[in-house]
Amino acid sequence: MILKRKDLIALKELQKEEIELLLDTAVSFKEVATRDIKKVPALRGKTLINLFFEPSTRTRTSFELAGKRLSADVINISHSSSSAVKGESLLDTAKNLEAMNADLIVLRHPCSGSPYLLSRHLKSSIINAGDGAHEHPTQGLLDLYTIREKLGRIAGLKVAIVGDITHSRVARSNIAGLSKMGASVRVVGPPTMIPAEIEKSGVTVFHELREGIRDVDVILMLRLQLERQGKGLFPSIREYSELFGLNKENLKWANKSVLVMHPGPVNRGVEISPEIADGLSSVILDQVTNGVAVRMAVLFLLSGAST
Amino acid sequence: MKMILKGGRLIDPKNNIDQIAQLVIESDKITKISTESISSNGIEVLDVSGMIISPGFIDLHVHLRDPGQEYKEDIRSGTEAAAAGGFTSVCCMPNTKPVNDNEAVTHYILEKARKEGLVNVLPAGAITKGSRGEELAEIGKLKEAGCVALTDDGWPVMNSEMMRRSLEYAKTFDLVVMPHCEDRHLSEGGVMNEGRTSTEMGLRGIPCQAEEVMISRDILLAQLTESRIHFAHISSEGGVRLIRDAKKRGISVTAETCPHYFTLTDEATLGYNTNAKMNPPLRSIKDREAVKQGLKDGTLDAISTDHAPHSPDEKEQEFDKAPFGIIGLETVLPLALALVQEGMITLSQMITLLTVNPAKILKIKKGSLEAGSIADLTIFDPNEEWVVDATRFKSKSRNSPFNGWKMKGRVKFTIVSGKVVYRG
Repeated sequence: MILKRKDLIALKELQKEEIELLLDTAVSFKEVATRDIKKVPALRGKTLINLFFEPSTRTRTSFELAGKRLSADVINISHSSSSAVKGESLLDTAKNLEAMNADLIVLRHPCSGSPYLLSRHLKSSIINAGDGAHEHPTQGLLDLYTIREKLGRIAGLKVAIVGDITHSRVARSNIAGLSKMGASVRVVGPPTMIPAEIEKSGVTVFHELREGIRDVDVILMLRLQLERQGKGLFPSIREYSELFGLNKENLKWANKSVLVMHPGPVNRGVEISPEIADGLSSVILDQVTNGVAVRMAVLFLLSGAST
Repeated sequence: MKMILKGGRLIDPKNNIDQIAQLVIESDKITKISTESISSNGIEVLDVSGMIISPGFIDLHVHLRDPGQEYKEDIRSGTEAAAAGGFTSVCCMPNTKPVNDNEAVTHYILEKARKEGLVNVLPAGAITKGSRGEELAEIGKLKEAGCVALTDDGWPVMNSEMMRRSLEYAKTFDLVVMPHCEDRHLSEGGVMNEGRTSTEMGLRGIPCQAEEVMISRDILLAQLTESRIHFAHISSEGGVRLIRDAKKRGISVTAETCPHYFTLTDEATLGYNTNAKMNPPLRSIKDREAVKQGLKDGTLDAISTDHAPHSPDEKEQEFDKAPFGIIGLETVLPLALALVQEGMITLSQMITLLTVNPAKILKIKKGSLEAGSIADLTIFDPNEEWVVDATRFKSKSRNSPFNGWKMKGRVKFTIVSGKVVYRG
């Protein structure tokens, strides 16, 4: 099978079969990482550019590693070292990269929708590595992968996404991906962090943590953006942590076999108490490991390869 | 110079005329309207059979970008676009660079319009210096120099006390104040309507209430000061309702909306289409329908375009970074006619919204076709079908969300002071 698209920008746009293909392909790439020589020649001679206009450690490294394990030539460009600081427009920056014949461009950008701007103008495959509050599709895929790996299925599961839904691209990708794969999704957070009419995308809204995670199979905690404190979204980190932080006590409301996930970086003791973050339910580090395999699958399939 | 328009259906809502008639223009004036045949020996005849002759359209809200941003538009190109859209008069907003908050800028605009303009240019002056909402502009001087209205355009006067004093002071000069209603705290950071679409796209939304809070305040201030307020570009259901209620209570307010608010919804932004990014933003279906009702029942007095040119480079950016605004002068007629075709308003109502009422709001002697009046006329074919091609617009800019649309109804002639300034 092949993935019949040039770009990967949003899980909202993917068919269920495409998601399955990506996840299945990632399974074989995960195996590569366990080998002594963790490299295959699939993308030899291809050029991958990581274009990051926002700080990122794990996503950028994960894409870099994925590209290298597939034998692609990988170049990293961060905002501070790009000509954007000289006032160059995103489009001009990208056109220059294309003039250097990049095959794949991984874009992280603070503005929602910016990957579409590139995809309209460039022949290279554009991979969205997080655009504003819109989507972060590879994070969504690695979350799906991890859930499927740990629980054996996605369809029929109850998943709670907790935190600042309004500003979260991870939440949007997961809502789209999980719903497509047949899970039922709820979002949990104070009303100041729940965006308008979110229930129209098929989720249930909760403003109370215990009710929100009652009987769920998966809890996906979002990172609290501490820089938003003082912007009227929540009164203090202390109060937020008391009302929406996951700890041993309130975790009892969820299913016994619940998975606790977090896209990272974790604010320890704020979203999750350390004992939970490092506890048996936590699959936070598995998510990171799976991220490389999933991104290898994305790069591999987008460059026109078939499984 | 003498010209006869023959065969056209003449609609003059102010004088309750709707009939096939001939109209004679001598020099810059209409000299005769007659249903009898007029001898046309040696006189230029314009055959307008099958077309409608209307008083010249008047646009209460355009941006000519001159002085300061002539790469987007200038007085020449902007008035060419106006003429192509059937407008014989346009009220140009003061958010030029520098801001039109003093008579020197007003003089510049009027002088350039006299030399290069194709249609009547009626400048609106700023309410406050630099449109910063802090100190009154020299409103008396602006009036003397030729300003016909006051507005800080994209900038609401956030300080209620300042707004009160503006209204009181403007009253002395009988200038209408045209606020842009937006509570900047509620709309901060917003780039489109707040709702399902903004949530899906991950863009910061602007709730309707940002408009409605300020309309409510300004209705109260109009009542307090007994001044004339004209609300610019109304986009929301709540806004229409507030204005309807105020009118019922006898408060002196008028209001306009724009074709995009009765034609599109916020779904036009899907795909991060920056040509659908404007302020106030495109709203929901419920708002769009309420705006139509407002036009139908007379709550909304006028259709303006809020013609806001931006260069392709400025629009071809990340959605958050692209400027607000779309052009509209050259597509208003077919979009307004669509309301007539769907039975929402009558042809006579449509013409009232584009001529009689805007003239009343600005208190200018235009908007009717009596013998003796200045010959400002719009002649259009209500049935001609065409496809919008933004590259062929007279405007310097191309930021239209209607590019590629099939439309019905086209301007055939625009006549300003007896001179044909546009032939379609």
